[in-house]
Amino acid sequence: MIVDNEWAVEARGLVKVFGDNRAVDGVDLNVRAGSIYGVLGPNGAGKTTTIRMLATLLRPDAGSARIFGHDVTKESQVVRQLIGVTGQYASVDESLSATENLIIFSRLLGLGRAEAKRKAVELLEEFGLMEAAKRPLKNFSGGMRRRLDLAASLIAQPPLIFLDEPTTGLDPRTRAQMWETIRRLVKTGSTVLLTTQYLDEADQLADRIAVIDRGHVVAEGTVDELKASVGTSSLHLRVQQTQDLEAARRIAERVLRVQTSVSSEAAKMTAPLADADLTADLLIALREEGIRLAEVSVQKPTLDEVFLTITGHGVKDETADSAESKELEAAGV
Amino acid sequence: MRSNTVQLSNRSSFGQSIRNSLTMAYRGLLKIRRTPEQLFDVTLQPILFTLMFTYIFGGAISGDVASYLPVIIPGILVQTVITTSVVTGVQLREDMDKGVFDRFKSLPIARIAPLAGALLADTIRYTIATTLTFAMGYVMGYRPEGGLGFVVLAALMVIVCAWAISWIFAFFGVIARTASSVQGISMMVLFPLTFLSNAFVPTATMPRWLQWFADVNPISHLISAVRELTNSGTAGWDMVISLIGAAVIVAIFAPITVRAYMRRT
Repeated sequence: MIVDNEWAVEARGLVKVFGDNRAVDGVDLNVRAGSIYGVLGPNGAGKTTTIRMLATLLRPDAGSARIFGHDVTKESQVVRQLIGVTGQYASVDESLSATENLIIFSRLLGLGRAEAKRKAVELLEEFGLMEAAKRPLKNFSGGMRRRLDLAASLIAQPPLIFLDEPTTGLDPRTRAQMWETIRRLVKTGSTVLLTTQYLDEADQLADRIAVIDRGHVVAEGTVDELKASVGTSSLHLRVQQTQDLEAARRIAERVLRVQTSVSSEAAKMTAPLADADLTADLLIALREEGIRLAEVSVQKPTLDEVFLTITGHGVKDETADSAESKELEAAGV
Repeated sequence: MRSNTVQLSNRSSFGQSIRNSLTMAYRGLLKIRRTPEQLFDVTLQPILFTLMFTYIFGGAISGDVASYLPVIIPGILVQTVITTSVVTGVQLREDMDKGVFDRFKSLPIARIAPLAGALLADTIRYTIATTLTFAMGYVMGYRPEGGLGFVVLAALMVIVCAWAISWIFAFFGVIARTASSVQGISMMVLFPLTFLSNAFVPTATMPRWLQWFADVNPISHLISAVRELTNSGTAGWDMVISLIGAAVIVAIFAPITVRAYMRRT
């Protein structure tokens, strides 16, 4: 076995500089074989650049990385035999049909003519791409192209698969299908390293998560560890009569034993929800006081909150320079 | 899951390079089949140029059109096919900007394959241009004395040389930022090479310095080689020089193009 190595990915101090932008600035990653590892971060954080270095598409300026023990720069051709890459922008040929794409990739990977054809049909069926089998891909949706891209990464059944933002821009249904496929992959023994901007995606799929910001890994751990560090969900209540808001707030602070914040124009109150079980007590107390509610909701921490907690700055103040570093990432590609 | 115990190799063998390149050439052919309109230039240019230049220069240079045909057809042929090879560089640039090249780079294939394959597929363009030029000549009354066999041989030689020269334009394609700049640089190289040659006029009528250039110009040697083959059925020095020239171009430009392509990743 080639893949008896315990670590699928071991990266030490990876650095990539584009001009004077340190896109990746000393990233360490350890991915255990057979797991799903999520790299979470906003646009321009350096996720794509990191993946491109690990996938031999970009040479690191400093640091080193090993894939199943093989160095990405010194043994790049060996590493390429162990990985599959699905990029952020579908890396398939849009002027060709799905079948033609898969046959070409299969042939390049050393499959015989008949074998390549069989493999193509098998993957098209598995990924629900039969309608794109004969016609050029440019006539089909982004979701189908993305699925074909993933299918193409699986031809050689590589032990490690890189997925760069596999669901960005997909509709919820296609997204759920993609998640299902990724879970199935790991069941067959593959290791998956995926990047995402969505906390819930990392939550749904990953065993461990690294949060990356401005080229640095700012937090690393299991999903639960990360969530615990971010804090709790929050309870949002809106009352029907604005004059009830103060009373509702007093009751909430008494029952939940926490500080709350109110916004009187919206007749809305927000309270951190450390113990979900207390919610029932609060609702009963409100009913006893005759306070009628217009809306109740619970919100999980968002990526903004994760960032605010971990990095001390939000995602939003970065939009200006993240657009810029995105461009630089594209230019370096 | 891979469960074999095969030793993974960090180098691709020669056989694998050939196989990968042929697969990439197959991809190029599929792309041409999907968008046949990209063959407009190789179909229209030979027809247009052959008609135009023969009737414009025929009387002035050789007295009449019929006696100009053995001179002009080989000239037009080489000029048209070499011009066609510029398109290779332009299309390579466009192709490389697409996401699919990322996948080619991440696959364990020979690094030269995506380039060699694209160049190989383009020989279909040279074949079309060559066939049409000879066909136009035939329609206009050109009867090569060398016979069909030597015409085919001449056609093969031109296609091989055009493939070799296309490595130069492929290099520009890899290093240039945009497809239009590839077109620009290539045309600047191409025009002096094809026009400052013996393609349209005997070099004896040129000023001495220009005559010197036209005589050493490799394109002139290629044209002379085609003329010898088609008009008298002989394979002479010019053919040897042309083929050596083609080999030298590939030996220089193929490695530096692949290196530039690797560095762009």
